[in-house]
Amino acid sequence: MHPALQGLMMIFVGVSGCVGYFYFSNIVLDKFIFPAKGEHAGRNINRANLVRPWLFLFPALIALGLYLAYPVIETFRLSLTDRSQGGAFVGADNYAALFNDPKFWEALRNNLLWLLVVPAMSTAFGLLAAQLTDRIKWGNIAKSLIFMPMAISFVGAAVIWKLVYDARPIDTNQIGILNAVYLALGGDEPQQWLSKPFWNNFFLMAVLIWIQTGFAMVILSAAIRGVPEETIEAAIIDGANPFQIFFKIKVPQIIGTIVVVWTTITITVLKVFDIVFAMTNGQWETQVLANYMYDKLFRAGDWGVGSAAAMIIMLLVMPILVWNVRNARKEM
Amino acid sequence: MADLNLSNVAKVYGGKVEVLKDINLDIKTGELIVFVGPSGCGKSTLLRMIAGLESISGGDFTIDGERMNDVPPAQRGIAMVFQSYALYPHMTVRDNMAFAMKLAKKPEAEINAAIENAARILQLEPYLDRLPKALSGGQRQRVAIGRAIVRDPKVYLFDEPLSNLDAALRVATRIEIAQLKESMPNSTMVYVTHDQVEAMTLADKIVVLANKGIAQVGSPLELYERPDNEFVAQFIGSPSMNLLPGQITETGANTKVKLSGGGTAIIPIATEASDQGRAVNVGVRPEDLVIAESDPLFAGKVNITEALGEVTLLYFESENGGEPVVGKLPGIHKDIRGTNVELTAAPEKLHLFADGLSMRKK
Repeated sequence: MHPALQGLMMIFVGVSGCVGYFYFSNIVLDKFIFPAKGEHAGRNINRANLVRPWLFLFPALIALGLYLAYPVIETFRLSLTDRSQGGAFVGADNYAALFNDPKFWEALRNNLLWLLVVPAMSTAFGLLAAQLTDRIKWGNIAKSLIFMPMAISFVGAAVIWKLVYDARPIDTNQIGILNAVYLALGGDEPQQWLSKPFWNNFFLMAVLIWIQTGFAMVILSAAIRGVPEETIEAAIIDGANPFQIFFKIKVPQIIGTIVVVWTTITITVLKVFDIVFAMTNGQWETQVLANYMYDKLFRAGDWGVGSAAAMIIMLLVMPILVWNVRNARKEM
Repeated sequence: MADLNLSNVAKVYGGKVEVLKDINLDIKTGELIVFVGPSGCGKSTLLRMIAGLESISGGDFTIDGERMNDVPPAQRGIAMVFQSYALYPHMTVRDNMAFAMKLAKKPEAEINAAIENAARILQLEPYLDRLPKALSGGQRQRVAIGRAIVRDPKVYLFDEPLSNLDAALRVATRIEIAQLKESMPNSTMVYVTHDQVEAMTLADKIVVLANKGIAQVGSPLELYERPDNEFVAQFIGSPSMNLLPGQITETGANTKVKLSGGGTAIIPIATEASDQGRAVNVGVRPEDLVIAESDPLFAGKVNITEALGEVTLLYFESENGGEPVVGKLPGIHKDIRGTNVELTAAPEKLHLFADGLSMRKK
């Protein structure tokens, strides 16, 4: 069968399976287990309503258990064993090996850099774009353009930006725009941007900032629209200039949303993998935790250390995740 | 101290939609002017033009003789109180009131003194360190007024400040505003409302806006007793003034009108001989109608009554679906519904309109 047809069939089976599950499980609940008739009709309705939420949650709980809870436990188990010794229990040896690996500390340092720079820049640019496009005619077109990178996969974006940073021999035309601009501004020779230690981290971060700015802008734009017009007018009458209106009236009123956007991007940053994988693969001191984990787990085949790295990433993400969910709830 | 002057002021949106035109208005220092008018008449727009939140499309607006058309709002010496309070939600009451003065880089001591003073006047002292969300609607509006007082403006602008309050609070806050006005005899206030009671009780002068322009300016009682036109006659007073169509049959110092309902009215308003036979409307307020002993002005069958205790409103059957004639009789009239009632009014209470305009000489 043609793969597209197979796909369509699977979609059909999947969707009708879901609909069927909810429909028939409710029928079973209401007609057979707790029928709303007979002498206990009232009691049965109440009981059915107590059970119903679990009926709806059941598939999600199963999926989360299978694909989230189980892997966490299994990864934790693997991080305490050694594959080369046939899966023997080795205690904290893998963690010790991890902490003695300079590449791990490099990855941690780089992740910290990413953590400081990317959420800050994305949120700042997003806020700026949201404010500047707020009340102009072509604001929506500008917004669509800024949002567009969101639709590109991280790998795709990485490929695009590899071209931006591309370097050709000096006597040929530069197809990388950065080198073209660099030479036009009087640079002596084309630079290999991605192999300049430390600074190359920022060239990689540019890709994620480029993608996440659109996300930050869309959310913050909605938040700015929600700031009551009268408070801005009152500030105008009180004598505030546009900067004071922005920083003293608008930003404090949307600070909750800014925090949610910031932390959401922070979580994305902690998991960053594709961009580094596709552009430098961690060479030239650009290693990050997720790529480090992948290297250990699937390239070196060292499940123990790889799993230990995965646990470290989870531990780092967890507090931010909890905080983010709390903030998001407060906003709702 | 501020005299405001608007001359030929106009507002046009997008070069096409004309909202206001030929607004000529003189507001003297210490006056409380109320703009009233039906929804969409541009009363809030006019206030926002005075505030500087809307541009002025034509004409001149001056404060104390100084042209203000292009002066930024903050430098016009005005303060505005908004219907929705417009408090800064992230600032305490104190910071809300201090914001303008801090922006103007006033010394700390002066800011504190101004806030203490405003808080005392408005009884906000216990709430200075609260956020707006921890205040009731009435308290929030007092903070908004406090924010205006602190700036010590020449002109106070109020944009329907009581509309978001419940009925009891509205009355209380209305009285507070009246007291505030008395305590600051040198400040000019412009107040927009759609509530007639607010307009009648607060205003030194009422400006009735309609049809892109000013229908009449005058003291509340002037508008009530001597409306210039049918619009003002019907807009001021509740229920609205009745307009009874008729034809002038005798002119002179007193004008005699034969009403199409059958009655005859003799009105002490002078008309010219050329007015003979002219189609006119005789206006009479529901509260001026009394039961007629003889020669009724109006007779009809009572369709609906509304007993308010203090008065009883009578809605008469209307001919050909027009506005019903309404009468307001003092006291309780239990069995009056469905009966035929004959009403009349004292001649000096009658108004005479031709082509929508009052025939009374100014």
